[in-house]
Amino acid sequence: MSQTANPPRRRGSIGDMIFQALATGAGILVLVLLGAIIVSLLIGGLPAFRQFGVGFLTGADWDPVKQVFGSVVPIYGTIITSILALVMAVPIAFGIAFWLTELAPNWLQRPVGIAVELLAAVPSIIYGMWGFFVIVPVMAEYVQPFVIDLLGDAPGIGFLFQGPPFGTGIFTAALILGVMIIPFIAATMRDVFQTVPPVFKESAYGLGCTTWEVMRAIVIPYTRISVMGGIMLGLGRALGETMAVTFVIGNTNRISGSIFGPGNTIASLIALEFPESEAGSLKLASLMALGFMLFVISFIVLAISRMLLRTGART
Amino acid sequence: MQIPSYFTASMLALSLVATPALAQQITGAGATFPAPVYAKWGEAAKAATGLELNYQAIGSGAGQTQIFNRTVDFGASDAPVDSAKLKSANLLQFPAVMGALSAIVNIPGVEIDQLKLSGEIITEMYLGKITKWNDPKIVELNKGVTLPNLAIAPVYRADGSGTTYVWTSYLSTVSPEWKSQVGSGTSVKWVAGNGAKGNDGVAATVRQVKGAIGYVENAYAIQNKLTTTQLRNKAGNFVKPSLASFAAAAENADWKNAPDYAINLIDTQGANSWPIVSATFILLPKDPKDTVRSANVMKFFDWAYKNGADIAKSLEYIALPTAVQDAVRASWKAEIKG
Repeated sequence: MSQTANPPRRRGSIGDMIFQALATGAGILVLVLLGAIIVSLLIGGLPAFRQFGVGFLTGADWDPVKQVFGSVVPIYGTIITSILALVMAVPIAFGIAFWLTELAPNWLQRPVGIAVELLAAVPSIIYGMWGFFVIVPVMAEYVQPFVIDLLGDAPGIGFLFQGPPFGTGIFTAALILGVMIIPFIAATMRDVFQTVPPVFKESAYGLGCTTWEVMRAIVIPYTRISVMGGIMLGLGRALGETMAVTFVIGNTNRISGSIFGPGNTIASLIALEFPESEAGSLKLASLMALGFMLFVISFIVLAISRMLLRTGART
Repeated sequence: MQIPSYFTASMLALSLVATPALAQQITGAGATFPAPVYAKWGEAAKAATGLELNYQAIGSGAGQTQIFNRTVDFGASDAPVDSAKLKSANLLQFPAVMGALSAIVNIPGVEIDQLKLSGEIITEMYLGKITKWNDPKIVELNKGVTLPNLAIAPVYRADGSGTTYVWTSYLSTVSPEWKSQVGSGTSVKWVAGNGAKGNDGVAATVRQVKGAIGYVENAYAIQNKLTTTQLRNKAGNFVKPSLASFAAAAENADWKNAPDYAINLIDTQGANSWPIVSATFILLPKDPKDTVRSANVMKFFDWAYKNGADIAKSLEYIALPTAVQDAVRASWKAEIKG
């Protein structure tokens, strides 16, 4: 961040002053809103934090009958599905961006580019229904039985692929999330790849580099920071996604070792439990506290990405 | 002068049209279990009495919150509210209608109402103890039915719901182990299986997963031609889900000794009783802010008691016995200020 000196202000231009006040107000409003949301979530969740203390963060129980609430399972589910989704989405998104900017014939670039942007505009409930009615049966009938048979007894990694083939579960949720965030990451990558000055690339080609070498040695280093930003944008969407995940994750408050096992995420648990939580109940407070945790996780992700970018920029 | 007089005239006309319509409106919110029957009753009552019911099926918990805050004319809840809470919120609780749950399964080759199950076996499935459909305990009850060596996949409602309250009440009644380990509620800590959202989510999951077992409102099972099962009742007989077996359960209930009408219709006596039947409840303020609207709510349910039985039947719900209806009418008179 560089500090720019304020230009000398001319006296008497009331219009300018009003505009400045409005613009400043809009800027501050964002801060106030953000602060208000955090504070109201924290206050709403306070009874849960007070009741369970650290236990809210370390407890794996979510038992509305006995009034015991812990957040380990949804936090685990949120993080693991988002990370798996990134693992699936980033290489494909990179492929799309690489192909669109370097390899695709001119007449194809525009339609495919628009298609990618359209994918980003599909509402998440559509992905959820598509996942539930199309992907889940395929997973239950073919993919999971095959993989469970093939790898379920493999030494060392077998536990990752065990359990009954429901079709739903952590892996299916991550798959749907991956598909959902591909367009975000791909569109960002394509846009930033196009910002590389042609003279850099032409010089590299002039030295006899292949397309891949140009990508690796020129384009990626030049755009690293923005690429990282695009990935974080996708991760942010994956962390908070609610509807699509609810359809396909299996909705259980247990941690299972298998990636085909069912799970839960913070956002989907809140959406599911909210209608049956009475005002003033410990359950409602726990849901608020979960919302606060999601906020904290998003904040940490953002902070880490900023840190990565800063170290990346220094070298 | 011309424009203002035209203006007042039109305002007058508007208020003449609008006022009676507004006065006849009643609002309610809560339980999803009886929502289909309330909707049909609302349509029929509007034609017959001019009362317009605006019912929002937002869930029993949210419905309770709304009536505690008096933002609606009446609240609706699948689980009866306990007496202390009713007292502090100054509410009258009365039953509206009864309904039943069915178990649904997906086993290749097994037809509707062919499989026989008991509450104990279902409990062990949901506790993850019986894991195969060809388990000796299931085979013993189903001589003549070929049961495959297939994993049992229990499915439950992932969203908090009155349906889950009724289902877990049943499991708690038939199994002390379930009662101590899990208990009953609109959402519980499930031990085995997968969750799905809503009746339609459970039905679709059961339909998709071979070996699945789930639970839905019977109306939903009938409309969607799901594979329901027979259940063993308290008398030891296997019964099919039908209006006759639901009505048998209702008749065998002990209404007189139920405080605040919080009747328990789970696993009642009687040779032909279906074991999973439940009443759903209305919550009405005893000190209404607007006595006209409160009177209209009572008028609506009075109409529904008298004329709504056939509609309820067509949707697979059961109307209340006449004696209970009369008792509720007496409670209205005695306890609601109007």
